[in-house]
Amino acid sequence: MTRYSALSLIRNALAGNRGWPRAWRDAQPRAEYDVVIVGGGGHGLASAYYLAREHGVSKVAVLEKGYVGGGNTGRNTTIVRSNYMIDGNTRFYEWSMKLWEGLSRDLNFNVMFSQRGQLNLCHSKAQMDAAARRGNIMRLNGIDAELLSRHEVRRMAPILDFSDRARFPIHGALWQQRAGTARHDAVAWGYARAADRHGVDIIQQCEVTGLIRDQGRVVGVDTTRGPIRAGKVGLAVAGHTSELAAMAGLRLPIETHLLQAFVTEPVKPVLDVVVAFGAAHLYVSQSDHGGLVMGGDLDGYNSYEQRGDLPIVEETMAAVKSLLPLVSRLRILRQWSGVMDMTMDGSPIICKAPVDGLYINGGWCYGGFKATPASGWCFAHTIANDRAHDLSARFTMERFHRGHQLDEKGMGPIPGAH
Amino acid sequence: MLRIACPYCGERDQVEFAYGGDASEGFPELADSDVGRWTKFVFVRENPRGVHGEYWHHQYGCRQWLRVVRDTVTHQVHSVAPARQGDRT
Repeated sequence: MTRYSALSLIRNALAGNRGWPRAWRDAQPRAEYDVVIVGGGGHGLASAYYLAREHGVSKVAVLEKGYVGGGNTGRNTTIVRSNYMIDGNTRFYEWSMKLWEGLSRDLNFNVMFSQRGQLNLCHSKAQMDAAARRGNIMRLNGIDAELLSRHEVRRMAPILDFSDRARFPIHGALWQQRAGTARHDAVAWGYARAADRHGVDIIQQCEVTGLIRDQGRVVGVDTTRGPIRAGKVGLAVAGHTSELAAMAGLRLPIETHLLQAFVTEPVKPVLDVVVAFGAAHLYVSQSDHGGLVMGGDLDGYNSYEQRGDLPIVEETMAAVKSLLPLVSRLRILRQWSGVMDMTMDGSPIICKAPVDGLYINGGWCYGGFKATPASGWCFAHTIANDRAHDLSARFTMERFHRGHQLDEKGMGPIPGAH
Repeated sequence: MLRIACPYCGERDQVEFAYGGDASEGFPELADSDVGRWTKFVFVRENPRGVHGEYWHHQYGCRQWLRVVRDTVTHQVHSVAPARQGDRT
C-alpha cells in the first residue's frame, strides 16, 4: 500500500500517473469473520477502522449493498460542528470534532476539512438570549463559542441581507470558529483505505438479505453473495435501520424521512463561512468549487425514495432568497436527497441490541456526517467490549422507555420536527 | 407533489394537508398504567419500506382528519378515508 506523501505525488507525476495502485483491495467475502459491519458508509467504515486499529480485532468485514459512500455519506451538506447543549451530546460531538481535526493525518488521506467557522444567526432578542445560553453551556463543556453582534456578523458575511427590507433582520449570531466543512466522499474513501490497510475486508455489491440465528443469537448474515458467519454483527445503515432491525424482530423508535440538498452554479467567492439561518430551517455554505450548497427541511412524511418532492424545493429557495438575495440570479445545478433515520427525540442510537450478537448504530437524523469519526469510535468500542463507550452511554434505546430522551430542541416525540 | 383525494373536497395538492404520522398504533386506554404500552404508542414505529397507514389533516380545506394508505417508496396513494375513532390500519 503506497503511503500518500509529497514525494509519492512527485514520483507518480513524473511517471505519468500510471503507477498509482488501487486505494483498497476488492475483497471477496470469506466464510467467517469476527465482526461483520453492515453498511459501507462513513459510519460503518470508521467503525471497522477503529475496531481494527484501537481494539485489535483482526477479522472484520464491511458489507455494502451498492458502492462505498453511495448512501447518506455522499448525500449531505458536509457541515461539521459541535454546537450541542445537553449532556450526552456535548462531549460526544466535541470528541468528534477533535477526531476531525487530526483526521487527514490519521488516515493519510486529505478529507479537505476546512474549519471556516459557522454562524448560527439570531433574528430576535429572544433568539439572542437562547444563543447566549447555548454558547455559555458550550464553553463550560470546553467547546468554542462566541456571541457576535449584528455589526460583527456583517463584517464576517456582508453578502447576507442587512438591508432595511430584510424579512428577518439579523440581530447577531452564535459563532463556532472550529466548525466547517469536509469533503464527504473523501471521508468514506479515506476510512475505506485506512481500514483496508489494517486488514479489513471491504465488500461492495453485497446486500444483506437476512440474519442467521442460532438459538436466538445472531451468528451471521445472509447476503446476495452467500451466507457469511460472524461472531458479532453491527448495523450502520442509517436510513434503513428499521428494515435491518426488523430482520431480528425488532421495532425501533425511528421513522425514515427524506432530506434534500441543493447546489447552485459556481460563482466567485461570496461566503467563506457556514451559515445557519435562524428564522427558517436552512443552512448554506460555498464549496471550494464555488457553488452554494444548501439544505432545508425534511419532505415531511415517511419516505424511502431518494428523490425529493417539489414543495420543499420551493420552501428552501424562498428561505435562502430571504437570507441571500443574490441567489435569485443563480441557477440550481444539482439537487439530491437522502433518506434518514429520524428518531423520536432527534438523537442517535449506538448500542448493543436486545438480541445477542447484534449491535445498532443509527438514528442520525440530520446530523450523521459530522458525527462520523466519533460514531465509529464509540460503536467500535461497544462492539469490542460489549458495553457502551462513556461518550455514547446515553445513546441507548432504553432511554425512551425510561423517559430520558435526549431532545436537544425540546420538540417532543415528533420525528419530523427534529 | 402528492395528490390526496379528500373524501369531502376531492383531489387536492399535498400542500393543503398537514402530515399526522403513523396511524397503525392505537391510543391506549387513559387508565392504562403499563409503561411498555405507552412507550410503544408514543415512540415505537413499524416504519415500513412500502405500504404505510398514516394520518393527514386537511388543514387548508375541510379541516378533517383523514386516514391515508400510501406507499413510502412509490408514493402511490392506495386509499383515503375519514379517520374515525378506533380505526387501525
